Amino acid sequence: MIKVTYIESDGTSRDVNVEEGVNLMDAALDNMVPGIDGDCGGVCACATCHVHVEASWIDKLKPMDETEDAMLELTDDRNESSRLGCQIIATPELDGLIVYTPEGQH
Amino acid sequence: MTTETVVIVGGGQAGAQSAVSLRQEGFTGRIVLIGDEPVLPYQRPPLSKTYLAGELAKERLFIKPAAFYDKVNIEHMLGQAVNAIDSSRQQISLKGGQNLSYDHLILATGGRVRPLSCPGASHSGVHYLRTLADVEAMQGKFTAGARLVVIGGGYVGLETAAVAVKHGLKVTLLVARPTPLGRVTSPEVGKFFEDVHREAGVTLCCNTEVKAIEDDVDNGRALAVVTDSGYRVLADMVVVGIGLLPNVELAAAAGIACDDGIVVDEYGRTSIDNIYAAGDCANHPNPIYQRRMRLESVQNAVDQSKAVAATICGKDKPYAQVPWFWSDQYDLKLQTAGINSGYDQAVVRGDIASRSFAVFYLRKGRLLAVDAINRPAEFVVARNILSKGLSVSAERLQDESIPAKALPDEHTEEPVKKEGLSQQQVA
Repeated sequence: MIKVTYIESDGTSRDVNVEEGVNLMDAALDNMVPGIDGDCGGVCACATCHVHVEASWIDKLKPMDETEDAMLELTDDRNESSRLGCQIIATPELDGLIVYTPEGQH
Repeated sequence: MTTETVVIVGGGQAGAQSAVSLRQEGFTGRIVLIGDEPVLPYQRPPLSKTYLAGELAKERLFIKPAAFYDKVNIEHMLGQAVNAIDSSRQQISLKGGQNLSYDHLILATGGRVRPLSCPGASHSGVHYLRTLADVEAMQGKFTAGARLVVIGGGYVGLETAAVAVKHGLKVTLLVARPTPLGRVTSPEVGKFFEDVHREAGVTLCCNTEVKAIEDDVDNGRALAVVTDSGYRVLADMVVVGIGLLPNVELAAAAGIACDDGIVVDEYGRTSIDNIYAAGDCANHPNPIYQRRMRLESVQNAVDQSKAVAATICGKDKPYAQVPWFWSDQYDLKLQTAGINSGYDQAVVRGDIASRSFAVFYLRKGRLLAVDAINRPAEFVVARNILSKGLSVSAERLQDESIPAKALPDEHTEEPVKKEGLSQQQVA
């Protein structure tokens, strides 16, 4: 299990144990983490699973592809830490990962 | 703390979203979600894509885990059909005889597959693809070497053909129109998908209607699909995807206005007080296109349900979104933003042969829609142009030296909402 911490815009923090291979959108839905919708079911089509990744973790993630990069343009508060949760797959190297769920998304 | 009860009829994407959004908007009363399928709400798009391909576990289909409903106190009654609405008593009756009172009633009744009507259509080898049970009924037959005839060249037919041919089935796709996707896209994009499927090994016949389904008398359980040109295509299995019929009968019987769907306003309100509709079943006004439409999509189900939930909670959040759709076939992701009907100009950006291009549709120089094939940036910029009412010229759209993000014309951010993209008449 890989520990991922989701922090809401009001500071509420939730630790979730994620099975290897599961993406952060599915993990959030399974564990009722608010702020992640995942309307398209995780096929990188809707940009409703936007997260901001804690700065120290950004370089440890697989780089985003063209689709994710484009879809993030649909989010209101994109910055250099923005990723789509459905595109971050839990691996042992990500144990301890911290992500922030944006205020506007619920 | 309210003691009101919201009853939601329909356990699909719109039903689930309505329930979830009611809680998100702060509704504290009772929520009862009634679904006629025996399972919790699930996503339908993967049924003809990754789930059919066996690449997605069943538990991943569910919109929310079972524990979610308990946690936020959403009651669900599954495998239950609603018999009638008595709007004067604010009550519904279930087929099983039980009555339920409501303060607000949301009709998220969705649609059912349009049935094939030719002789032999009820043959046990003829399948449809709308529900989890439909897919499960196909499993076991969906094996390499089997002969599959797909009837219908819409999203469901094309996606099914793509999955099947990848699995080694021998696939024949029969399309009634001159090109696939004829109802929703342009001949250019339809022709592209026709070529893609042919290259992948699908035998594809356009302008072809099915006249009958017969037993193949020489060959046990096999079928023969007879076309209007007299061909007999042998099949071990037939999948029909010829469209959806909105489930309006319950509403119509209760005296609610229906016209290609349950007629609602921008808040999802029907013609009868305290009754709302959302999703595939709802015919609603779209302020961007300034006309009524009924959409069959996840986006529509989600966004319209949010508007209904907000309205019930006394908030003013009318439904006013750019429609969008997607389809996955082979290595291709088709993303559509907007509705192209009534276009007078199609502008191709990129090289169709490269399998990465976008077709923008304009009417009198104003963008109506885009079909983006492996071009997410063009999809995104079109959604932004349409939702913000920006303008963009055909010349810029086809100029690939301008990055997609920079496509909207500069200094033209005056909203066009008032004028909208109104069309006198739409096919």
